[in-house]
This record gives sequence, C-alpha cells and structure tokens, in this order.
Amino acid sequence: MTTTSPPESAESPETPGTPGPSAAPAGGVVLRASGLTKSFAGHAVLADVDLELRAGQVLGLVGENGAGKSTLMKILAGVHSPDAGTVEVGGEQVTFSHPVQAQQAGLSTVFQEFNLLPERSVAENVYLGREPRRRGLVDVERMHRDTEELLAGLGVTGLRAGQRVRTLSVAEQQLVEIAKAVSYDARVIQMDEPTAALAEHEVELLYSVIARLTARGVAIIYVSHRLKEVFDLCDMITVLKDGRQVTTRPAADLDDAELVRLMVGRSISSFFPDPLPGTEVGDVLLELRGAGNGYVDGVDLTLRAGEVVGIAGLQGSGRTELLEAVFGVRPLTRGTMRIGGRDGGRDVRPRSPRAAIRAGLAMVTEDRKATGLALNQTILDNALGVVRAVLPRRTGAARRELPGLLSSLEVSARAMDQEVQFLSGGNQQKVVLARWLATEPRVVLMDEPTRGIDVGAKHSIYELMRALAARGVAVLMVSSELPEVIGMSDRIVVMRDGRVAGELPAGSTEEQVLQVATGVTGATSATGVTGEAGA
Amino acid sequence: MSTLLRRGAPLTSTGIVLVLLALSLVVGFVLTAVEGRNFLSTGNISALLTGISILGFIAIGQTLVILVGSLDLSVPYVVSLVSVLAAGTMAGQDGNVLPAVLLALAVAAAIGLVNGAIVAYLGVHGFIATLGTGLVISGYLATNYQGSHGSAPRSFRLVGATQVGPVPVSTLILLGCAVLVVLMLRRTRTGHHLYAVGGNREVARLSGIRTSVPVLVAHTLSSVLAALAGLLLLARLSVGSPTIGSQGDYDLMSIAAVVLGGTLLAGGKGNVVGTLAGVAIFSVLDNVMGVMGVSAFLQDVVRGLVIVVAVAVYARREIDRRPARFERPTGLDAALQEAK
Repeated sequence: MTTTSPPESAESPETPGTPGPSAAPAGGVVLRASGLTKSFAGHAVLADVDLELRAGQVLGLVGENGAGKSTLMKILAGVHSPDAGTVEVGGEQVTFSHPVQAQQAGLSTVFQEFNLLPERSVAENVYLGREPRRRGLVDVERMHRDTEELLAGLGVTGLRAGQRVRTLSVAEQQLVEIAKAVSYDARVIQMDEPTAALAEHEVELLYSVIARLTARGVAIIYVSHRLKEVFDLCDMITVLKDGRQVTTRPAADLDDAELVRLMVGRSISSFFPDPLPGTEVGDVLLELRGAGNGYVDGVDLTLRAGEVVGIAGLQGSGRTELLEAVFGVRPLTRGTMRIGGRDGGRDVRPRSPRAAIRAGLAMVTEDRKATGLALNQTILDNALGVVRAVLPRRTGAARRELPGLLSSLEVSARAMDQEVQFLSGGNQQKVVLARWLATEPRVVLMDEPTRGIDVGAKHSIYELMRALAARGVAVLMVSSELPEVIGMSDRIVVMRDGRVAGELPAGSTEEQVLQVATGVTGATSATGVTGEAGA
Repeated sequence: MSTLLRRGAPLTSTGIVLVLLALSLVVGFVLTAVEGRNFLSTGNISALLTGISILGFIAIGQTLVILVGSLDLSVPYVVSLVSVLAAGTMAGQDGNVLPAVLLALAVAAAIGLVNGAIVAYLGVHGFIATLGTGLVISGYLATNYQGSHGSAPRSFRLVGATQVGPVPVSTLILLGCAVLVVLMLRRTRTGHHLYAVGGNREVARLSGIRTSVPVLVAHTLSSVLAALAGLLLLARLSVGSPTIGSQGDYDLMSIAAVVLGGTLLAGGKGNVVGTLAGVAIFSVLDNVMGVMGVSAFLQDVVRGLVIVVAVAVYARREIDRRPARFERPTGLDAALQEAK
C-alpha cells in the first residue's frame, strides 16, 4: 500500500515566476526514513512510514488532525525516538537522543510554536548554545556579522542582528527560526504549518525564502493544511491517515479533489446521535451582523434555539477568536451582536466574559487545564465557580441542582470534594460543562469540546449537546475534527483568514468543508463572503 | 524583496531607570540646596557612594540570580556569617587577613553552590531553597554567636576608610566587580546562557545548553558577592556581628533594587547597570530624606512608592498581545503595503 520510493521523475512541471515549485533540479538523496513506527500508551500513532527526500526538493506532508504528521516531524526533529524504523541523513544512519543532535546532523525543524527567547537579540537566538568565541569570550561582532549574512542569504533585508525578537512580527520571528536552521547547515528543514499565523502577503515572502533554500540544495518538508500552498510549493506529496502512509506521489499527479479524497478516505460512522425527538428550532438567540475586532472581521451569523451549529476552518482561521469575540474575551469593536430570548432580545457587545455570562452566554474553552478548571480545587468548587463569581444569587439553587446535573452528565467520581486533577480527561470535561450549565445559559459556545477525551466520554458529550438543543439552548461548536463537525451540526460555518468563508448545510462532506476552508473553491452556499482577507 | 520596517526604539527599562536616577539627583540637589547644604560637596558625595557599596555588591549578585529565574533570600545570613567567620579568624592580627578573606569567600561559594544545586537539580524554586538555607545559617549563627565576635586589624579596616578623592575604595572595588559581571553577561557563553535559562528553560535546553550550569554560577556568584559585602561591613565596623545582615534587610532591598533597575522578576531580561542605578536611587533618596530630616517611616513610604510605580511603568510596556489580523497593522504590514 505504501509507496516506498518516489519515481525518479520526481520533478514537477514548473510554474513560471514566484511563488512556484523549486527551480533547482533534485539532487542526491539527503534524507531517507524507513519503517518509522511510534506508539503512545499502546495506541499506534505512526505505523511503518517511509520518506525519501532529495536535495532541493520540497515534500508536502498532509493529513487530517491526528493523522500522525506531528509525530513524524517530532521523530525527525529528535523530540521523540521511534519504536521502530531508521533515519538516514546523507547516507548515514542516525539516531537522536536530543533535538540538538538532529540539528547537528543537518535536520532542522521550524515548529509552529517558535523556540525563541523574546528578550534576546536575533543573533543571540540564532547562535544560542553555539555562540562563536574568540580568546574565550563571545565574539559578538562576528555573531552579528554571521547572522546578517545568513539573513541576507535568505533575501531578508530589513532585519538587524541586534534587534530584540520581542519587537518582531510573527513573520519576522519565523525568518529568525529559518535563519537558525540554516546556521546549522541544515540539509533538510521541516516546517510545521508555517503560514498558519501569517497574513496573506507575508506568505509570499516565505515562498521566496523557500525558493532560495531549495536553489541551494536544501530539502524542505512542508506540513500544511492549506492545499493551495502544498500545490504551489511541493514537488512530492505524502499523505498520512490514521498514522499510515496512504501514498507518496509527485504533486503533478494529484489534484485538489484527489488529495482531499486521499486525506479523508473514510465515512462518518453512526457514532453521532441524532437530534432528540421534539427538538424544535425556535427564536434567534444570537445574531451577529458585520461583527469584527482585531482578529475576526465582517462576521454574519445567526443561531437559533434548538440548533447545533459547527464552526470549521483551519488552524489559525479565527474560529477560537470568533468565540472569544462573542464571549467578550476579545470584545467586538465593529458591527452588531444581538442576544435573543424570552425578553425579546437586546443588542449587546459584551466587553468582558462577566458581561457575556450575565447576558446568558457560556463558553467551554479549548484548553480545560489552563482555562477551564482550577485543577487543584474540588469538583464542587469548580462546578459552582462561575455561578458564585457572576450570579451569586443563583448559588443556592445551583448547589441543590448540582448532584442531579452531575449524575445526568454521568460524572464518575468518588465524591464532590474530590480534586478535579485526579479525574480522567472526559470527567474533567464534564465538570467544565457542569460549571457552565449551572449558569443556565441560553447560548453555549464550545471550543474543541471533545479534545483529548476517550470515545465513551465523547459520546456522552454529544448526547448532552443534543439534550441542550432539545431544551431550547443554542450550541455553537468549534472543532478541528471534521467528522465531529459534520456529524453534530445542523449547519456548518466555515472560516478562513478571520472571516466566514461560507456556510454549508448539514450532511455536507468533508471534501466540501475542506474546499471552503482551504479556499480551493468558493463557498457553495449563500451567506459567505468568499473574498480573500485583506490587511 | 521586502523592506521590513523597524519600529522606533522606545526607551528601554534601563533607559527609564537612568532617567529616574538623573531626576532624583536633580531633585536631591535642589532639596538639599533648599536646606542650605551642598549636595555635591565631597563629604556628601562620599556619603552617597558609601551608601551604595554594601547593597551594591548584594544587588549585583541578586541580579544574576533573578536573571537566571531564581531568587536569593539567603544573602543577609551569608553577610552575617562571613562577618563573624572573618572577624574570628582575623582576631585582630594583620597576618590573618588573607586566610580570613579566603575562608570567608570559600564558605560563601560553598553556600552558593548548595543553593544552586538545590534549585538546578532538585527543582526547588530559589525562593524556597534559599529561604531554607538562610534559615539554617541563621540558626547556626544564633546558636554559636552571641553579640559581636572577633575583630578586624587596622590594615583591614583601612579598606573601609580609605578614599581616593571623594570616592571610597569600596566603591572602586564595587565598580570593578560590576565591570567583571557585565563582561561575563555580555561576553561569555555562561552569561548568554544565564539569560537563556531565565528567559525560557525549555528553549535553552532544546538549544543544547546544560541548564544547570548558569544556575550554579549565578547562585555561587551571588553568595560570593554577599560575602564581599560582609567583609566590607566588617572593615567598617571592625567587629563581626551575627545579625548585621538581617538588620540591613538586604534580601528584600536587593530584590527591590534589581526590579527597580528594570530586570524582570521572572528572569531572562535585565542588566547590572540598571541594578546599580536602582541602588543609587535608593541611596540618593535616603541621603536627601536624611538631610531633610524626614522620619524613617516616611522614608519607607517613599521607597515603597518608588518601587511600585517604577515596576508598574515597566509592566505597562511589556503587555504581550497576540498579533491582530485586522486593525492596528504591524510595522511589517505597513512596509509591505508601501512596497506594493
């Protein structure tokens, strides 16, 4: 099933001008990985994956969330060791017990989360741990000179070696990371979603840097969800799915539709419960018109009682930011927001989470350990935390209702005074839900509600969402798991670059969602603005 | 190619503290003149500089420890311990000065190494680690020394009394130490790695840095510099005292001076120049308020306000934001727009 070595005619036809696939002819093999396998806690996340990269080649690594891309990158970066399989760089077999060894072997990685010290200069970051010395002292002049040479070699002109990294934009910080990789004489540079945090015009700069690198014979492993970029840049494409290599082919032999089919390649099971009988779509509970702030723009959205609406989109497309805007974490600065309800509805633009909660909103955040729970406090204190802080008059009632609420959520805990840090991820998530349901919200915002929890707990959270809808609550859910979005949503709002790129009906396919999310084709239905995000 | 726009460099924290120091000197000059005294008289300058040296040594060490992401609360007890150990060893004999100084420095270095090892290898935060070692030392002192102990010979006392013009020798030694530490921070790998470990331990580790080394170095130097302060106090007072360190509140005052000097309490950012300016500001404040006859309690109020206001100013400048996609374009955006 797996294609071990790419055909010799790996070169893709060149698109004139930049951006385009690398101009350099592919040279000798610089990286060969065979049979890479890795399991975590008995769960196979990567099984028998092979890669081959030639000098000057760009290999696209694509797959859905959880397909094993990150694990593969981390093995090549020396962060994880593989359970089985070998890695050869320039014909020599290598094993890494520390990330620095990978870099020294010529394999550098630019992670999404930069490994930079914001308070130190560009040069100090590039040469961290390898500061050049002369007579025992750090040769700062040489360090600066070398850094500026590296940057000039990448075609970057406006960055000075002495600038503090904190003062740089994300795109500039990324250039510092790339310069650092080059300074190790990298023969292969892995880039993990390098454009996720970049604005449209900054992507062009990255393209030109990649073109310069490949012209020098550096091979690139390019990990991205954005299919357009993958086709723009890559000579070869490797598709991973569920930890296995689906295929490795020249980019020229693939098209968007085929690639998406290879990435998805499975049907949605009947894992998602149907709406409960008697669920009625009722009044408008949340309405946004032209809403925006620094992170999202021009958002129109209508959410009715009894609806479950999913928000899909790539990492960095503004999904979480939209929820945060509605919930007053990063308040809206433009447009209108209306919260409906029995009192006929009113215009509000919550300026703080406190105001949002008072208006009947609840938000289950993405990272329950950091922002959802006080881990060293008890179930009781966590479940009543929001009510006590914002709606103190409801505390008594919430306290009385809590046992019933927890048992309806099927929280398995010894007692309510157990600290939540000792609960499983699924039970913790249920406590988060209890914490919000105790406020009797009319609209529940959920960011990645089933991240990192087991199948059983997932299922009961889906059932809870259906139960909420049946009670007339509106649910707005962000998820990176396409099957989840498709399986649970009455409508799917797809975001791209901070705007709503389109809206899809229930029963849309993963291909359709991905196409809108990546901008391969425009939105297939009415509401969306399909234009590109401007600065 | 892109032209990346640089933002105009705003005043750094060190810049702010130097401005603050200049301001306090001017205010000091005026207020002293109002009292009919000369702020810049030889006597007053040497009083100012004398006020700087003891806390100066300790604060330089504290800067290193804070930069690496730790804290040193054991300094006052190291000061006291060094003072009695050295005074006892000297016992008034000129010939014993060198062994006494060496012993004092060695003991201090050992304490610093222990502090550093607890922080680096046992993963105990410096706050707790040095609180613990400080308590141990203070218990030892209380058990074994009652009242003043030993005595410094005349030759050693001269260190505390000699001046070159208006500048005490102790100030010159302090400046020498400061220059060496600045050199270490700017020009040695250990210095660079000290910032790296304090800034982000994991980034440092992933860059191949042995993260324990800068921690050990910072704590050892902190204790050794505290020992120099203890020796200087001994030279001035001529007898060792087991409580001299804790009377000076050197732990919290040195932390205050470091933070006033613009060093981040969380580590990874700051420098010795700022710290010395912070110490100097305290010295000027004390000096002026002393001349004006301000009560000791009010002096503390003023010091407290200065610390809080200064750090609040730094904090406002450091608020971190995720870059916005819409509104407030970054310098890069603006430049690229222009280039098109």
